[in-house]
Amino acid sequence: MADEVAILGVGMHPWGKWGRNFVEYGVAAARAAMRDAGVEWRDVQFVAGGETIRNGYPGFVAGAAIASALGFNGAEVGSSYGACASGTQAINLARAQILAGFCDVALVVGADTTPKGFFAPTGGGDRQQDPDWLRFRLLGATNPVYFGLYARRRMALFGDTEQDFAMVKVKNSQCGAQNPNARYPKAFSLDEVLSSPMVSDPLRLLQICATSDGGAALLLTSLDYARRHTSNPVVIAGASTRTPRYPNTHLEMPDFASDSASKVAAPDPGFRDSIAQRAYEQAGLGPGDMDLAEVYDLSSALELDWVEAIGLAKPGEAAGLLRAGDTGIGGRIPVNPSGGLGAFGEAIPAQAIAQVCELVWQIRGQAAGRQVEGARVGVTANLGLFGHGSSVVVRAH
Amino acid sequence: MSKTRTLAAPGWFTDQPQPTLLGARCKACHALFFPPNQSFCRNPECASTEFEEWPLSRNGRLWSYTTNNYAPPAPFVAPSEPFEPFAVAAVELEAEKMVVLGQVPRATKLEALEVGMKMELVVDTLFSDEENEYLIWKWSPVT
Repeated sequence: MADEVAILGVGMHPWGKWGRNFVEYGVAAARAAMRDAGVEWRDVQFVAGGETIRNGYPGFVAGAAIASALGFNGAEVGSSYGACASGTQAINLARAQILAGFCDVALVVGADTTPKGFFAPTGGGDRQQDPDWLRFRLLGATNPVYFGLYARRRMALFGDTEQDFAMVKVKNSQCGAQNPNARYPKAFSLDEVLSSPMVSDPLRLLQICATSDGGAALLLTSLDYARRHTSNPVVIAGASTRTPRYPNTHLEMPDFASDSASKVAAPDPGFRDSIAQRAYEQAGLGPGDMDLAEVYDLSSALELDWVEAIGLAKPGEAAGLLRAGDTGIGGRIPVNPSGGLGAFGEAIPAQAIAQVCELVWQIRGQAAGRQVEGARVGVTANLGLFGHGSSVVVRAH
Repeated sequence: MSKTRTLAAPGWFTDQPQPTLLGARCKACHALFFPPNQSFCRNPECASTEFEEWPLSRNGRLWSYTTNNYAPPAPFVAPSEPFEPFAVAAVELEAEKMVVLGQVPRATKLEALEVGMKMELVVDTLFSDEENEYLIWKWSPVT
């Protein structure tokens, strides 16, 4: 299709708690992606950076900060922020530049250095107008509080169990143990997960994703440019950065309340269900065409919500897929073969890009130890605070 | 010396024997919002900037609940040391067709909570300093 761009190269800096400047991870990931593509830095015409808001001014101008570290080459630049969806914002920025014909070669990069422990609001002082500050102040509503609410809701509505949620972690940790870029190289047992300390009931420590340092990058090009380098490029067939439609009746982090549907009826589909739908539409594909998925498992239970939201299962049936082994390696539709955020932890501007890296490695058959056999097409899903949907459909050309 | 009762979120709820949350209702399209600090109507079909105070139902059904077993980071202020775990509830209001979060009073045991049960709005201490007892709304099981 005419509106595809090629992913000629992918690269990461391993995720962990390294305590170094985020630019180092970004540069390492960018160089790895360029090496993978066989493209020189001097040939990159556009740099799209995912911003990090916890690293001062260089974080807000991440595209330029990383381009400067690579040595300014006169490329155009853009930096994007959409919380956890920042990476897809950057991907779509670069993709649009290529599809508009403004450039042929674009580098997309996201990297972060994170503090230890809970994410807290950025900046100091009393900020009575900032809902992200107020939710901590008035409710003590940490991110795991929202994850716990969603998980308990599944238990009440669908009969999911604590063991189901723990099995998600077990499944993903087996993949993470085979992924050299993942932070946690350990495959956890069900007992280990279920005996870890309770954080936000019913979720335990090992079911909640950590905050990590790390980086991820893509080298995107026009299809014409890609064909001069390879006969079979992997392509982005669809990418969605959509917002909700009012009223969003799902209680979203960091809100105090869902939108009221008393005067305006709730849209169908709802926000979460609509996110991948747009990427599917652009790709001319549907959930039944997918061979694998990388979804936003901030908590183990949240993976099940996303399996349903991207259409791989009907509402309430994701745990059934899990129990049948369908979402594991060798199953019908493997989910989070990278190990997911449970194995990586959150490096906010990098994580949506990292999801795409994994799909590319899988489609090329380069995911040793966690390979989804015959993978040809996959989808990512992600969500940033304050209404940032994120989904990318990637396929073999 | 008794401390001054001070609302931690002025204008968001009332401190009275039958407390209520205070929403904001758009004067043009009647769409309802909580928290009430609205400058613009968020209904995309409406461009109004005028709102009226609108008390919300003080009863609802427990949509879901969870706990903070570890102290949240600042700006949260724990009401007591050492930190005591507490529950957080999401309550669905039938008439308003919305779900609203709130803490659950420390005295309520986790085992007492069940999705679907009736909850009511109460006012309780968020934390105190030398002069003030800061108050917040909470969701409590109907007894």
